[in-house]
Amino acid sequence: MPSLLDIRRRIRSVKNTQQLTKAMKTVSAAKLRRAQERVFSARPYAEQLKRVLGNLTARLEDVSHPLLEIRPEERILFLVITADRGLCGAFNANIIRTAQAFIREHQTQTTHLMMVGRKGRDFFRRRAAPIRSEFVNIFSRLDYGHAKDISEAIIQAYTNAEVDAVYMVYNEFKSVIQQRVVVEKVLPLSRADLKETEPRLDYIFEQSPQEIFNRLLPRYVEVQVYRALLESAASEHGARMASMDTATRNAGEMIDMLTLNMNRIRQAAITREIIEVVSGAGV
Amino acid sequence: MTDNRIELTIVTPERAVVDEAVDELQIPGSEGYFGVLPGHAPLFSELKVGEVAYRRGDRWSFLAVAWGFVEVQPNHVRILAETAERAHEIDLDRAMRAKQRAEERIARGGEDVDYGRALVALERALIRIQVARKAHHTASA
Repeated sequence: MPSLLDIRRRIRSVKNTQQLTKAMKTVSAAKLRRAQERVFSARPYAEQLKRVLGNLTARLEDVSHPLLEIRPEERILFLVITADRGLCGAFNANIIRTAQAFIREHQTQTTHLMMVGRKGRDFFRRRAAPIRSEFVNIFSRLDYGHAKDISEAIIQAYTNAEVDAVYMVYNEFKSVIQQRVVVEKVLPLSRADLKETEPRLDYIFEQSPQEIFNRLLPRYVEVQVYRALLESAASEHGARMASMDTATRNAGEMIDMLTLNMNRIRQAAITREIIEVVSGAGV
Repeated sequence: MTDNRIELTIVTPERAVVDEAVDELQIPGSEGYFGVLPGHAPLFSELKVGEVAYRRGDRWSFLAVAWGFVEVQPNHVRILAETAERAHEIDLDRAMRAKQRAEERIARGGEDVDYGRALVALERALIRIQVARKAHHTASA
């Protein structure tokens, strides 16, 4: 039987852990709020860009661009977005599982991996999977520049015809407690996304519409990647908050149980002492 | 003409910066600065590194913007910029340091210096300094 001192020590240690998980939960809650705001404030740009692209597409006689070129998908670039840190429930595991399933499904093709987030990178590196490029430790100070760098790498691979399609997998932010793993095609861009959405106006163009279109299209890729990064960041904080909440509650239960146990042992010791005294006096 | 204003929206990938009804504005287009008054013909232009100025009533506001696109409609102007900062948001010290760095890089020269980039950096820094100073003037006026 553990001694009273052992149990006391144990309770103290669990209490310390509980304080830690509680603090992490609070921090995650604050970060989550900010991350959600960022998802929200990135929307106007994405919407405007899509509208403008639609407007331009309608004006072009022949919409063609390297990023719209459809080729048989023999080599695939797979952008896998995990977190840099753990302690967020099944957040990273879900992505990794989906990524592995994706690779299995596309066994006949060659899949190149592009990793965002340390957790996923570490996993695939341990398994000696070929990683084409990686972007780690970006989530602590995520900005649009990261999305630009990633997009540039993707676009380059695609336009150099090193790969025939680009997919990405990330956690989509459904709600504070719910994330959804989604796999999306990034390239080639879908023409359906570039449909005209509002009545046409005859613009004066300072450059040719084609020229502007060509410059805007890469932006569209950037926006998509940026959104995925923001969604992932918000999901990560949500997942961490939920798992730290559970951890805090579990620690509470553990402390209750240990306290009960400790009291039992103390009671037993007192009872034993009383019996000893009583039986001693009876002699 | 108070009811005849231009709805101005300036958005960057990270946030919506301006959403306001204005009386007139000036934009750094690809062919130089151009002014927009209500009823302007629909126009589409690239946005350069520069200063966007807009007037509402008799108050002018300034922003430092860089790269993107401008879409002008008779009573609507939409600016999609890579970066856009209102004058009072600009960190003047940082802009000064960026200017100095760019100048040093250009002065040093050599093969490893990317002149194009250094020049762009310098241009941006200069615009930011110019815009930030305007915030200072309007605040003290």
